[in-house]
Amino acid sequence: MSPNQGVHPAPVQSPRARLTVRVVGIAAAVGVALTVWLGLWVTPPDQVQGNLVRLVYLHPGVAWVALYLAFGLAAVASLLYLWPRTRSLFWDRLAAAAVEVGVVFNVCTLISGSIWGKPTWGVYWAWDARLTSTAVLLVLFLGYLALRRVPAEPEVRAKRSAFVALFASVDVPIVHFSVLWWKTLHQGATVLNPDLSPTIHGSMAWTLLLSFVALSLVFVWMLLVRYRIGVLEDWLGSGELDVALRERQAEGMIDDEDEAA
Amino acid sequence: MAPPAPPSPAVLLRDAVALSGRFPLLAGVDLQVAPGETVLIEGPNGAGKTSLLRVCAGLVPLASGQVRVLGLDPVRHRGRVRRRVGLLSHASHLYDDLTVGENVRFAVRAAGADPARIVDACERLGLTGRLSKTAASKLSAGQRRRVALAVLAARWPELWLLDEPHAGLDASARSTLDQLIVDAAASGVTVVVASHEAELVGSLATRVVTVTGGRVTAERPAAGSAGTTAVLPGPTSLPPAGAPAQGHVAHVA
Amino acid sequence: MWRDSVLVAGKDLRIEARSKVALSQVAPFGVVALVMFAFALGPDRSLMARGAPGLFWVAVLFCTVLAVQRSVSVESVDGARDGLRLSGIDPAGLFLGKAAAVAVQLVVLEVVLGLGVTLLYGARIEAPWLIAASCLLGTVGLAATGTLYGALSAGLRVKETLLPFLLLPIVAPVLLAGTRVWQAALAGGVPADGTQWLRLLVVFDAVYVALGVVVFGPIQEAA
Repeated sequence: MSPNQGVHPAPVQSPRARLTVRVVGIAAAVGVALTVWLGLWVTPPDQVQGNLVRLVYLHPGVAWVALYLAFGLAAVASLLYLWPRTRSLFWDRLAAAAVEVGVVFNVCTLISGSIWGKPTWGVYWAWDARLTSTAVLLVLFLGYLALRRVPAEPEVRAKRSAFVALFASVDVPIVHFSVLWWKTLHQGATVLNPDLSPTIHGSMAWTLLLSFVALSLVFVWMLLVRYRIGVLEDWLGSGELDVALRERQAEGMIDDEDEAA
Repeated sequence: MAPPAPPSPAVLLRDAVALSGRFPLLAGVDLQVAPGETVLIEGPNGAGKTSLLRVCAGLVPLASGQVRVLGLDPVRHRGRVRRRVGLLSHASHLYDDLTVGENVRFAVRAAGADPARIVDACERLGLTGRLSKTAASKLSAGQRRRVALAVLAARWPELWLLDEPHAGLDASARSTLDQLIVDAAASGVTVVVASHEAELVGSLATRVVTVTGGRVTAERPAAGSAGTTAVLPGPTSLPPAGAPAQGHVAHVA
Repeated sequence: MWRDSVLVAGKDLRIEARSKVALSQVAPFGVVALVMFAFALGPDRSLMARGAPGLFWVAVLFCTVLAVQRSVSVESVDGARDGLRLSGIDPAGLFLGKAAAVAVQLVVLEVVLGLGVTLLYGARIEAPWLIAASCLLGTVGLAATGTLYGALSAGLRVKETLLPFLLLPIVAPVLLAGTRVWQAALAGGVPADGTQWLRLLVVFDAVYVALGVVVFGPIQEAA
């Protein structure tokens, strides 16, 4: 007998939710396609960096999603879970989904920054302040996910993860400033690594904005899909609970029946 | 004239369900213990006796249902409840590197209790002289249990929750424990003892409650008093999906 | 809260005095780490002297992980952690007490490691007050965050591998700040550079001590 027969049925996604996910997905795909077309063909190459500048349509966008959108959402959702009045597993699942998708965008940020850096700095990694902070954030994300993998009941796991997210959120601004000072304030004159941000004008600005919007939509779509998967995972787990409750109570009844016989 | 309201129960559990992961420790417990009562909880291994006591101590939150200990919610008013409740569990909560005396002093002061009774409590449990200066790592299981009992005796809280207290004790320690329970009951302390050695405790208790399968399935006055044995009806909280028939026959003495 | 924290700190330090784990195991490990660093960097003493601040603080971080794990494992035997919960002890006091005990042990370790760095690497200290300030402030931050993460990972079977992974990125600012202050305080450095970093350490400490006091109770119950 399947553990879920006769127990509450699978959570069905409302037609409105399904439509929303589909619309977001299509918008994201269109946005990305448009950005690629504009970025690779329509906009002009930079005077200094040449065609390399086209990375500006990818790198700042994924960085924005990883550092602010994903991380910010995870932090706020974790806080909302911890706050007794708004406590609900919805926030926990949302935070976990945001962190997982955030890891993907984080890695993209580091890779695209590295690719951009090689011709600009001469090396793949020059301890640029922003990229270093991004790397630390990636490790914090991975720590959060590692902790979630430890088997525990949903509420305990949610609370633990939320605390880790809280501690990490508080730490990220401090890390950011430390790394910035570390790079820019030291004795003796040192030539700063040239920044990865070029000057933006004209059609480049619009394409840049479009890339931000398109990548944000990709994030939202992935978030919604991942959240849905989380809901299904939890449903699978809770179906076993009702069976366990019944079996536990049956323990007592069998004993009584033996006595009555 | 309306009769005076009965005093609020020391322990109140209503349809209490407690979970550990997916496993239901308690599957709907209904229990009331009046202040000053001595109640024995009996039942087979794994029935949920330990979980019942841990819920009362506020260590395990309920997934559903209600629990009140000394009138308070043991999860929301943790600090207040825990200082007035003493739980004697399977573990003795001792620090291996500290001596018996240091362990007792720390535990009593951590619970915010008056350290004046420590000396008497240790004497009563036979933890004096060389034994009091022995490191906890060198103690036998029975001796560790006696240390935990000494902490309880020094604290003398309003509600005692004892989980298999006789386990591991020799005959003289067992009689000391029995006398301790009698003295506690005489001083108005509410005592709840979980044990599957019903004969040992039955004479000390005023009521015996049977727990099986995570629920209270029977209650009776302790041996020696006349009365009825009530067997409680079957589960009503879940729809019977092919489960055995609900309700049982009640035996009447 | 203060009474409970003194009680708990006293208990932890008494246990350390009896078992001498920090003194006989963690301190030698720190010194061994310093020796390993020297092997790794080669026989060039000027290179070691330049790297001394960073190597000192990395060794301190390793010792912090060990000290925190010891602080957590003391409570794991015989259900002592449950015992602390059952006693109704103030969780904020428990946090401060355990963190204070870890901090005291760390300060002693830092003295040993500082001596090691001076002797082994030839580092010469010109502004001792900066050294002392950075060590004290850094220790408070390390002890507070360590105790918090120790409590978070307390009940887990994988805590030995998880704790360092979780803790070290969080205390990266302490490593950065401590190293810079030491660089400013050693021969060849500019002492004025150090004060800004000290201020960063103060902010870090304030944030995590405050967090710990507020949040330690719920963490205990969730574990």
